[in-house]
Amino acid sequence: MSCFETIQAYAFRSIGFGERLLPRGEYTLCDQFTLIGSGMLWNIYFGVVAIIFGFVFANILALAKNAANPMIRRPAEWFIFLFRGSPLFIQFFFAYFVFLNLKSVSPLFDSFTAAGVGALIVLFLNTSAYSAEIFYGALRSVPKNDLEAADAYGITGFNRFRRIVWPTMLRLAWPSYTNEAIFLFHATTLVFFSGFPAWRQQGDALYYASYFADKTFNPFVPYPILAFYFILLTLVVISLFGVVNRRLNKHLPHAQKTRMRLRLNLIR
Amino acid sequence: MFAYCTDPSTLEGLSWLSCYLTTGKHMAFYASFGTVLLLLAVTAPTALMFGLGGAIAARAPVPPISWLGKGYIAIVRGVPDIAFFLFFVIALDQGIEWLRHKVKCPDWEEPIRQGSDFLVCDLAKMPLNTAPQWIHEIYGFWLAVLTFAIVFGAFAANVIFGAMKAVPHAQLETAAAYGMSPRQVFRRVLLPQMWVYALPGLSNLWMVLIKATPLLFLLGVEDIVYWARELGGTKNARFTDYPHGDWRMWYFLVLLVFYLGFTKVSEIVLARITTRLSRGQATMAGEALRKAEG
Repeated sequence: MSCFETIQAYAFRSIGFGERLLPRGEYTLCDQFTLIGSGMLWNIYFGVVAIIFGFVFANILALAKNAANPMIRRPAEWFIFLFRGSPLFIQFFFAYFVFLNLKSVSPLFDSFTAAGVGALIVLFLNTSAYSAEIFYGALRSVPKNDLEAADAYGITGFNRFRRIVWPTMLRLAWPSYTNEAIFLFHATTLVFFSGFPAWRQQGDALYYASYFADKTFNPFVPYPILAFYFILLTLVVISLFGVVNRRLNKHLPHAQKTRMRLRLNLIR
Repeated sequence: MFAYCTDPSTLEGLSWLSCYLTTGKHMAFYASFGTVLLLLAVTAPTALMFGLGGAIAARAPVPPISWLGKGYIAIVRGVPDIAFFLFFVIALDQGIEWLRHKVKCPDWEEPIRQGSDFLVCDLAKMPLNTAPQWIHEIYGFWLAVLTFAIVFGAFAANVIFGAMKAVPHAQLETAAAYGMSPRQVFRRVLLPQMWVYALPGLSNLWMVLIKATPLLFLLGVEDIVYWARELGGTKNARFTDYPHGDWRMWYFLVLLVFYLGFTKVSEIVLARITTRLSRGQATMAGEALRKAEG
């Protein structure tokens, strides 16, 4: 099979299109590149969806944690501690078995044991907790002067939040939030190693990389390919978040801009 | 365990539970918590050594060495660490066997990599085929420790590299002005002062290390995750004295609570250490302490 045919057959193998059987016997470099790349579709799906929904929820959580009323503050604090204080790996396992038990309660939960839904929920909650902590920290360090200036102009209530507090909070939080997004993409590789089954061998990039490593007993080819893809993904994330960062800092004189400092990968 | 446990089918309620929770397999489950703690106790100092080595290499004035140090930091941090865990366990195992093969069987003619096989002579197998089971388990555990140390060493190297840069440059210049050699400056001034700056990063790293311990399961060690899956699964009355349904959810809930408690305790202890170290330092935290004490 030529490389072009391989790409045709396996480029979308991870989401169920193309050849049903995985390649057998001799694995060419092209096989490994194509299939691992195809697995990256899952990582991107998990990461992108979890970040989009997590961003919204994290903002709510951060505000709740900042609330004066303990009835609102306490649950937010507990939620954040629960997800930041325990390993994501254990969260995946626990959630999977909870969903498995819920299945017998109501058919409503049938789809939750599939990785595409169940793992996504865990990742969403997890990234919400981590991002909320970042946003909360930024919220606490919004300069007092900004608020005083807002008061002086008579901007109050929700307007003050929308036009002064929130943009400043985002601006301060953005470099850390970029790191969080990178962690999240790295964390997506845990999904298929933690209970969630890979239905019909449709797994993520690491699933295929470890498949090749197991079959060939040679880790020196598939894992560097995986590393290549992830470094590429990380660079894309950095440049996309960099665009937003420039937008958030547009109004500042050059010297004050918060520089994007990269502090990569600490797993959760 | 208890005398009344001889016929579990007659028991009910609490006494059944007390028998169930003290079976031999459950004892192994409790012991695996010890495995996790042991891993942490061994890995943390080892990773710190790797980190110190990496940071010193990255600071070296000779380009190839500093590239090596910086490359080590950059590569391990840019790639999901679970990939490294899966990679290093096989790579280290094969590396060790390859070296032993070269030393012990110099007459071996055939290539080591034959298609999908990795073949070394019997003498070079690690551990030997004839070794008892516990040797295999210990060997697996040490491979895991080394893997953890390599991965977390890179994180630690990054923290320490930053901390070394944070030490005020005037301190080093003063030391040099007193006639200390670069080596003396490093050992007497830079290294002792660096720790205060490294502590926040290192304590953060400790929390991350705690949360990485369940990955032991992926390295083939019989750790808490392994036992939770094993013990929690549905047990048929035909194969066990203690039949039950799918309890894995509850076992993982126990693990979740264990980790939450562990991180909470660590948080408290680390906060104490930070306060202790800040005393008398020319930093904001030290200043706040001084004022509080009046």
